[in-house]
Amino acid sequence: MKNFLGVICLALMIGGSGTVLASGGGVQLQKAHVDLSDTASLQRGAKLFVNYCLSCHSAHFMRYNRVGRDLGISEELLQEHLMFASDKSGEVMNVAMSVEDGERWFGVAPPDLSVIARSRGANWLYTYFLSFYEDSNPSRPFGVNNLVFKDVGMPHVLWKLQGRQVPVYAEDEHGKKHIESLKLVEPGILNADEYRRAMRDLTGFLVYVGEPAKLVRYGIGFWVLLFLAGFFLLTRLLYREYWKDLH
Amino acid sequence: MNKLLTCLLGWVDDRFPLTKLWNEHLAKYYAPKNFNFWYFFGSLALLVLVMQLLTGIWLTMHYKPDAERAFASVEYIMRDVDWGWLIRYLHSTGASAFFVVVYLHMFRGLVYGSFKQPRELIWLFGMAIYMLLMAEAFMGYLLPWGQMSFWGAQVIISLFGALPFGIGEALSLWIRGDYVVSDATLNRFFSLHVIALPLVLVGLVAAHVMALHEVGSNNPDGVEIKKVKGSDGIPKDGIPFHPYYTVKDIMGVIAFLFFFAFVVFFVPEMGGWFLEHANFVPANPLKTPEHIAPVWYFTPFYAILRAIPDKLIGVMAMGGSIGCLFLLPWIDRHPVKSIRFRSPLFFWLITVFILSFVILGYLGTQPATMVFTETGFRLAELYFTFFLILAIYSSESRGAGAYISWFVVLVGALLVIDFLRFDPVKSSLIMGSALLPLAYLAVFLLGPAFTRLNESRPVPERVVWK
Repeated sequence: MKNFLGVICLALMIGGSGTVLASGGGVQLQKAHVDLSDTASLQRGAKLFVNYCLSCHSAHFMRYNRVGRDLGISEELLQEHLMFASDKSGEVMNVAMSVEDGERWFGVAPPDLSVIARSRGANWLYTYFLSFYEDSNPSRPFGVNNLVFKDVGMPHVLWKLQGRQVPVYAEDEHGKKHIESLKLVEPGILNADEYRRAMRDLTGFLVYVGEPAKLVRYGIGFWVLLFLAGFFLLTRLLYREYWKDLH
Repeated sequence: MNKLLTCLLGWVDDRFPLTKLWNEHLAKYYAPKNFNFWYFFGSLALLVLVMQLLTGIWLTMHYKPDAERAFASVEYIMRDVDWGWLIRYLHSTGASAFFVVVYLHMFRGLVYGSFKQPRELIWLFGMAIYMLLMAEAFMGYLLPWGQMSFWGAQVIISLFGALPFGIGEALSLWIRGDYVVSDATLNRFFSLHVIALPLVLVGLVAAHVMALHEVGSNNPDGVEIKKVKGSDGIPKDGIPFHPYYTVKDIMGVIAFLFFFAFVVFFVPEMGGWFLEHANFVPANPLKTPEHIAPVWYFTPFYAILRAIPDKLIGVMAMGGSIGCLFLLPWIDRHPVKSIRFRSPLFFWLITVFILSFVILGYLGTQPATMVFTETGFRLAELYFTFFLILAIYSSESRGAGAYISWFVVLVGALLVIDFLRFDPVKSSLIMGSALLPLAYLAVFLLGPAFTRLNESRPVPERVVWK
């Protein structure tokens, strides 16, 4: 039977290496390295989110007071700094813009962001925030495009923070042009490192919004596993006690 | 106090066979004492069933079976319901865990010949449970109303549409209750998922266990313990299920829960295998996802379906791949039950079968490229040929001539199939991959003809114990 286990484990390893991943349009995704235990980072992310995203994008499964409770933000601070779109802290993060308006203005209604981190993944979001570039093609309504989300309807709302990025082209062996990298030609309010850090904060906040339970589930899980491990030893002793009289 | 309890028990026993049931199924049910690791999965399947029922009841308290509100109500459970996230993850992980333990349980039955006479009915009940479980899981997967829920259901239900003479279209329309998967579908799937199928499932599990306790358990040696009884009428190699196997199974339960809790608390999505990423996008009937893949437990059969270009034949092959399992007790009639005493070739036959099943499962999750589809086709051939070879191996008294004739017939059938499906675009692929079934047939049919590798060993009278 040992052979069997070995063969099956091997097969599972081969199969497991091809984990299903959300596609990034062929672009190498950058690692977001989100740290959900860094509450300050999540708070900064929340600030970015309500200031830059929460005018068009809703997060209509997320309540303000839950954000306050989970991220240690008092009711007053919540009202003052985060609640621009609502005045009751028990409300969810809705936006005033209607779906019809969104479709008229952007071609497609801006999606709700409650679980975007779960469908896209943190690395995709992080790379997306970093990958806007200027595109002078007249078909682009806002003059920008994105490496991981080609012809996205969204303008680069964070350009004041990041500055202007232009593509650097390279030719492959067949003489076909492709974008090799992006170059910052005019810095924004933040320098490149600060912007990356800010986007890590924002991504972290979206990961939290995608699953608020993530803040507690690892901690609880640790104790559950510890308990089960201890309990297992007891049940094993009980088993041996009973089975030792069998011949 | 004790006297009072004894009186109470007597009162109940006069009116209900409580002590009788306890004795028949636990305290005086004699199970072989040599159960190994693989015998944990029956009791674990029961555990997962109970867990799914309980978590399901609590989810039903908060879930809304309404196309407009289903997705939101799941997120409501994940956020606003106290411990809702835990209940939901227990249920979603439980679904996958159910299939893990059931597949391992079936594997146990396969290698130790537990399906063979006199346990054919246990196997049939078990297969019915497995089928029902697939239906239950499929309908449950629609309920979160994400993109994969919707499009997975759309694809699977449309399979019924492949049936000829207009039956197919009418049938899929009847299942959906609409021309596409819609609110009507969601409502009926909810109803079936939370009450109809669980009721039948519980009944079948009871029948499965009753049939088992009627004939007695098999064991890793495939020896009938009832053949050697002591003067007290108790099998010499049998021990009472309670307390021996209850304490052993409790240990198994805790070990299982350890791994289960690890998934629930640390990787509930299992990297997209248990909860697919695309299912966090609400169902949108106007936008087909670029890649639709069923959840992992269906994918071996899905890969067989996709490997066959003709839809009707594909659906029939998929149905047949499950149907073959039903017929196993009448396909493999070899008198030796356990793999321990069967031939080396039998060992490798089973190994290749399990490997093809696992690889088919992987292929079913991947986009259908030409190479993958062709590989799927070859593995499907191995899958079906496995049952034929099992039937051929049933008798060891066959001469070399019989094996050689089978070899010639099957290689001929293989060539005819390849000729019929020949496609100049992938001629080298077809011819190259044909080596796989050819080698398979050569090893497993010419092996017994020219070597002694298909000889089973004598089965001992009593179970092997320490």
